[in-house]
Amino acid sequence: MKDNGYILEARELTKSFGLTPALRGASLEIRQGEILAIMGPSGSGKSTLLHCLAGIFKPDSGEVWYDGQRLDQLDETKRTELRRTAFGFVFQFGQLVPELSAADNVALPLLLNRVGRKEAYEKAVSWLKRLGLDGLEARRTGELSGGEAQRVALARALVTHPRVLFADEPTGSLDSLSGEKVMDLLVDGAREEGTTVVLVTHDPRVAAYADREVMVRDGKTSTQPKTEVAQ
Amino acid sequence: MSASYALLGILGRQPSYGYELKRDYDFFYGRDKPLLFGQVYATLSRLLRDKKISTQATEQSGGPERKLYAITEMGRTGLESWLATPEKLHPNTQTVLFIKVVTAILLDKAPDEYLDAQRAAHLERMRELTALRRKGDLAQLLQADYALFHLEADLRWIDLTVARLQTLTKEIRMRGVAYEG
Repeated sequence: MKDNGYILEARELTKSFGLTPALRGASLEIRQGEILAIMGPSGSGKSTLLHCLAGIFKPDSGEVWYDGQRLDQLDETKRTELRRTAFGFVFQFGQLVPELSAADNVALPLLLNRVGRKEAYEKAVSWLKRLGLDGLEARRTGELSGGEAQRVALARALVTHPRVLFADEPTGSLDSLSGEKVMDLLVDGAREEGTTVVLVTHDPRVAAYADREVMVRDGKTSTQPKTEVAQ
Repeated sequence: MSASYALLGILGRQPSYGYELKRDYDFFYGRDKPLLFGQVYATLSRLLRDKKISTQATEQSGGPERKLYAITEMGRTGLESWLATPEKLHPNTQTVLFIKVVTAILLDKAPDEYLDAQRAAHLERMRELTALRRKGDLAQLLQADYALFHLEADLRWIDLTVARLQTLTKEIRMRGVAYEG
């Protein structure tokens, strides 16, 4: 057990896919309640880093610490459990079940966590309302606009009150105005709930919503120390 | 330049006193950057000289005489033609950013370190503007958007330049060798 004030920490992570290295010594720390943007060009390893932090990938070497425990050393069952109860996810697309209604999609993670049906749907409807989607509860998500679908995905990620929200290019498939709406709601939702956010993006306008940013280039992280700006 | 058209725009609605012009300018255009009284009166005297506005003195009981400013026909024509004319595009590609990168390469310094620092400064400013637009009204939001898109354009240039640094360094070194013969 260690407690240094960080909820998530990556130390010198490496990860290769076949012969291709994706991470070559990536390190970062995130405080509870912080919104951190991971930036970098495509292929830089930023999504791989997020997947390692979330326990989806196991790094080849290095350590991932979550809330005082070695996440990378947990077995698959424990990591799955953690992802279901403590983490929330929003990806660029393809995460909702298009045949199900908005309310079904949001209630789903609660039902999987054995929350009663009535309570699950009440919570789902209340989150949909919070994200400005009241009236669309019964609509199949396949029939929603991109921006609406992404807000449903956000409701689904936040409905379980995760301690950490992982968002990988959450506005990547949206126009500027819809993207802005999603980011406003994501940040407000996270701040109100005290949720820590790990936000992967190549878009500086999205990164500007975060408290700070970490750059990933060629699988390595760099944090920029503050420098005085010339007047 | 734009301030004089902004004042003309305010006068285009109704004649106003100097202090009203300042108040309206600050409210509609310059909440973050209010116009100084000195600037208001300097601009007004230029507009008077160019016959784009006229004044009429009005009595004020017990106080000094105040001038009421009104837009003239010439002022209105000028204002409308300004509104209909597209702005000149930014012609300057020799930006300070570019000059710093080339200078760093010429001196064997690390241009990527400078670009990273610049990138962080840009993002810091973008964060401030994002916070501002989230709590401001629509007019402030539009101004912040404008600044954000320009900073974003700079950032895209910075990222692309970082990706091209090796090639750029090689080319500048070769050019240097050819130049020195």
